[in-house]
Amino acid sequence: MSDILESKKAILAKRKRTNKIALTMSMVAMSIGMFFLLWILSVLFIKGFSSLNLEMFTVDTPAPGSAGGLRNAIVGSFMLVLTCTLISSPLGILAGIFLSEYGAKSRVAAITRFVTDIMLSAPSIVIGLFVYAAMVAQMEHFSGWAGTVALALIAIPVVVRTTENMLQLVPGSLREAAFALGAPKWKVSLMIVLRAAKSGVITGVLLALARVSGETAPLLFTALNNQFFSTNMNTPMANLPVVIFQFAMSPYDNWVSLAWGGALLITLSVLGLNILARVFFREKV
Amino acid sequence: MTTSIKNIERTSRKQHYQDVIFGLISQLSALIVLFVLLGIIVSLVINAWPALKEFGPSFFLNAQWDINREKFGGLISIYGTIVSSLIALIIATPLSFGIALFLTEICPAFLKRPLGVAIELLAAIPSIIYGMFGLFIFAPVFGDYIQPALAASLGKLPYIGILFSGAPNGIGMLCAGIILAMMILPFIASVMRDVFEIVPAVLKESAYGLGCTKWEVARHIILPYTKAGVVGGIMLGLGRALGETMAVTFVIGNAARIMPSLFAPGSSIASTLANQFGEASPGLHFSALFALGLALFIITFVILSLAKLMLIQLEKKQGKKS
Repeated sequence: MSDILESKKAILAKRKRTNKIALTMSMVAMSIGMFFLLWILSVLFIKGFSSLNLEMFTVDTPAPGSAGGLRNAIVGSFMLVLTCTLISSPLGILAGIFLSEYGAKSRVAAITRFVTDIMLSAPSIVIGLFVYAAMVAQMEHFSGWAGTVALALIAIPVVVRTTENMLQLVPGSLREAAFALGAPKWKVSLMIVLRAAKSGVITGVLLALARVSGETAPLLFTALNNQFFSTNMNTPMANLPVVIFQFAMSPYDNWVSLAWGGALLITLSVLGLNILARVFFREKV
Repeated sequence: MTTSIKNIERTSRKQHYQDVIFGLISQLSALIVLFVLLGIIVSLVINAWPALKEFGPSFFLNAQWDINREKFGGLISIYGTIVSSLIALIIATPLSFGIALFLTEICPAFLKRPLGVAIELLAAIPSIIYGMFGLFIFAPVFGDYIQPALAASLGKLPYIGILFSGAPNGIGMLCAGIILAMMILPFIASVMRDVFEIVPAVLKESAYGLGCTKWEVARHIILPYTKAGVVGGIMLGLGRALGETMAVTFVIGNAARIMPSLFAPGSSIASTLANQFGEASPGLHFSALFALGLALFIITFVILSLAKLMLIQLEKKQGKKS
């Protein structure tokens, strides 16, 4: 009798030990994740802030060996992201409305949904290759517009999917009430459903913005880079990610330091957009 | 009276046209998205064709990349892409599982949200930042302390010892794999967390009621129930890792050869493209790079499709509309 009791106790102790080990491992995994996040952010803040100064915003990127700032790259990045938003938001929101309101169960919608999900994680460098072949090679020069298109192709799937998901959260009774009043479908879609899901859709656009503002790979073959200040979207455009890439790989100390400053700027804006998106979403829903 | 009826008729006809037009516009937007994907495949095939015709299907199995003599094969880059992604998966999968388990089962409620957001922020950091961090901060530490330790322990084992041999330079295949692991970790962890949360509470409570420990519930209730979702999440992470460009380009070392040691530098498809595409002159080199891009696209497309199908299966089991 006591033998059985003993062996039961032993099994229980073993189970408890396994449990403890597993839970500890899980906590260790969490701390490793946190550790890397804090490590990356602290390095970025220390290195970035020490190289941050006013000149960074007022002077253009330097020639090798001389001092300079990032003005042209900041302006270029801003313009690329802005034009990308202007293209991708309407297109993405309209496609999202189609998926949710018009073609909900049709085959076209199912295929589009599948494709956007794939595009959501498609390698961004391949999108760069595509835009190179489709635009840069045809126009025979790199241009800001090509960069915009490449970024838009990355942003659109994000907008489409979040728009669709947010529109689906709108209660059907709201649509039915509007239809009962005799409103045509397009008015219901635009003025009832879209308006009800406004904050969610804005969240999607902001998340897409955050995603593209750090993208580097697709800009390498499209917008390229420009050492001088230019707001002409038909010529190669300076932009922060590509400048960071080139400067970080360079042997000059002041270039590397500029790259850290640029990296801090990008991360701050990306994290800022992410937080803004979260705030927007939480307020309404 | 008749005028008002006419008015109503006119309005309703107008609204009908507007309706049709708006429906068409929204459908057009959806079709554009579809055609872009088709366009990507077509343009890659067209541009890759000269190289594929010249070298045949063996292009993908040939480990020669000689720009001067115009002899190209994709094996070096494909090998680098697959090996670095596999390393990332081997590291990131257990970590993500631990994190997801922590966030759903262990974590006190008031920490759930802030810690969840923190992990998601890890995903928001742009890849170029990971690259700079890897090159300037992580690689030196890795080469000075971790690689010698690995060489002294794992490097002594038979068979797998060769993987951990060679000069500890910091940058190389293993370093790229670790940085990649940190990048895909939040993606896998958040998918796992989401699918863990759909496990019906009744199932878990019954197990607890029988006296199961937390680990036993996780291992024998949660994991079997969410199997398809977990595998889907891992494949999603793999898809990310395969196509990641900037971070890998910074730390993989960009050497055009295949070495048995994981400490040695190599190159991935994405890093080869990022480094060489800008300087490539139209011709075979150019076309060979497109062929590499095509290979990358096909590999990620297949993996992401499988991931998506598995997640859809889990949702079906849930009886929930996607």
